Amino acid sequence: MKKQKMFFRMITASLIRRHSRMLVALLAIAVGATILSGLVTIYYDVPRQMGAQFRNYGANMLLLPDGDEKLSEESADKALNVIDKEKLVGAAPYRYESVTINTMPVIAAAADMDGAKAASPYWLVNGDWPSVDKEVLVGKTLAATLGIKQGGTVNVVYENETAEEKADKGDDDKSKAKENAADEGREFVVSGILETGGTEEDYIFISLNDMAELTGVKGKLDAVELSVSASQDELKAYADKISALDINVSPRLVKRVTQSETTVLTKLQALVFLVTAVVLLLTMICVATTMMAVVAERRKEIGLRKALGASNGSIIAEFMGEGLLLGGVGGLLGVVFGYAFAQAVSMNVFNSSISFRPLILPVTVLISVLVTGLACLLPVRNATDVDPAVVLKGE
Amino acid sequence: MSLLELKNISKIYGDLKALDDVSFKVEKGEWLAIMGPSGSGKSTMMNIIGCMDKPSLGQVLLDGVDISKESSKSLTNIRRDKIGLIFQQFHLVNYLTAVENVMVSQYYHSMPDEKEAMEALARVGLAERAKHLPSQLSGGEQQRVCIARALINYPEIVLADEPTGNLDEANENMVIDIFKKLHRDGTTLIVVTHDPEVAEVAQRTIVLEHGRLAKEIVNENFKD
Repeated sequence: MKKQKMFFRMITASLIRRHSRMLVALLAIAVGATILSGLVTIYYDVPRQMGAQFRNYGANMLLLPDGDEKLSEESADKALNVIDKEKLVGAAPYRYESVTINTMPVIAAAADMDGAKAASPYWLVNGDWPSVDKEVLVGKTLAATLGIKQGGTVNVVYENETAEEKADKGDDDKSKAKENAADEGREFVVSGILETGGTEEDYIFISLNDMAELTGVKGKLDAVELSVSASQDELKAYADKISALDINVSPRLVKRVTQSETTVLTKLQALVFLVTAVVLLLTMICVATTMMAVVAERRKEIGLRKALGASNGSIIAEFMGEGLLLGGVGGLLGVVFGYAFAQAVSMNVFNSSISFRPLILPVTVLISVLVTGLACLLPVRNATDVDPAVVLKGE
Repeated sequence: MSLLELKNISKIYGDLKALDDVSFKVEKGEWLAIMGPSGSGKSTMMNIIGCMDKPSLGQVLLDGVDISKESSKSLTNIRRDKIGLIFQQFHLVNYLTAVENVMVSQYYHSMPDEKEAMEALARVGLAERAKHLPSQLSGGEQQRVCIARALINYPEIVLADEPTGNLDEANENMVIDIFKKLHRDGTTLIVVTHDPEVAEVAQRTIVLEHGRLAKEIVNENFKD
């Protein structure tokens, strides 16, 4: 039999046949490793989870025209292609024009309704989002002012600059222009009333097609609101790439969103890191205490082994071997329980599942082994001080 | 040349002389008993002969080599290679089976060999109990495992400290019979005991009193 085989036979026999004592140490390591792997899994998943949460607070990036001219849809599409598809939660192109409803000047925002829904999930619509042409979403304040109700109709008249100029020429001309404009107005069915708590409540929202039809101009945008699941640095990188395209698009980060996200994430990650460090320290203390007890109760055995000719190196190897094996097994258990722990936390806190990161396995086992090794150093050092003549006295 | 020679050995702890100028020789193949009451220096003598302690004064020549000035690391090597230890308390590793306990001694000495360890257990009548843990063995059986472990590496000296101290008469006789067989096979035996019945089966007995060699008795009626 090879020496290594006997070495493993001895340390596994010690762990298996002295299970009550070793179970305590194994439990300490497994709990530590569970918290470690669980928290590390959460640590790395928090940005994704929190990012998804932050996306509920609206767009974190804007694409604006670089200059006085409006943004073309082609340029906006090119800019959107820069952003990874899996990170793009929503993109809402907007075009703003002045219109009148019952002669009252109003801002009409044309939007891709699905994109707006995704980019601004916190918007509350009483009724339905416009789903077909000639439907309009009316801001709550505006609806109250004009007495508009869901299901009713509104006549929207586009007032372009040329008409205004013409109107400025004389009161008669003005009233005539307005009449003309009124003639060109379109009837829209009010599909819903929009509540946002912001200036959007003064606007009406129609589809981009309706706006093109109303104004006679197609493919022009004022802004694209983007909701991107990415950190501030990643957003900056996207912005730089878009700027470099030179397509008359000026990307801007919505700093109040991106900065709060970064701040919250940094604090959360620091908290997780701190808790992990404290748990590791506690594990180390627990394992060291258990190993000290193990060494103390096995002084006679150590004395016997030395009497049989074991060198200090052999004694260290055997006790460290036991400790490291415990660390490895505890680490493996910790990976399994840690994933279950992280999954439970993720489901309860973020209401979404967490994916297993394979790298967690070797990292947790390695750290468990290292922590156990460190914890064993002092007790094992004490083991070599045992004097065989003293402990083997036939008392 | 004697296998073991102690020349004017003293072991001093502060004002106490545990051993005081003791000299004797042990020849190869001899069976020596060391007797004496409690506090006579038997354990100190056992520790010095077993390379677990060093004398304060004097020389210990093992195979002609003075081991009294050796480092503890070197003494560990000598103990491993030349001495087989048998204890009153048996001192088996409680989580290893009988055969594994024997193999531990091989492990530190050279290379574990389960077949050879099983043969050693068979020689002391324990082949059937080889896979049992110490807690599943009687005192006599544990002592026989201890003897098998002491013999497994063919030591030059088998040093037994009160080998029958914890045994009943039947097991005591069984252990003495094993010693007789070992002696017939040429093993050098040093048995530390306070039991006259165990001492009188040896070839020669030295008696310690207050750390000094009080007398030396040669057993005229010795027979294996």
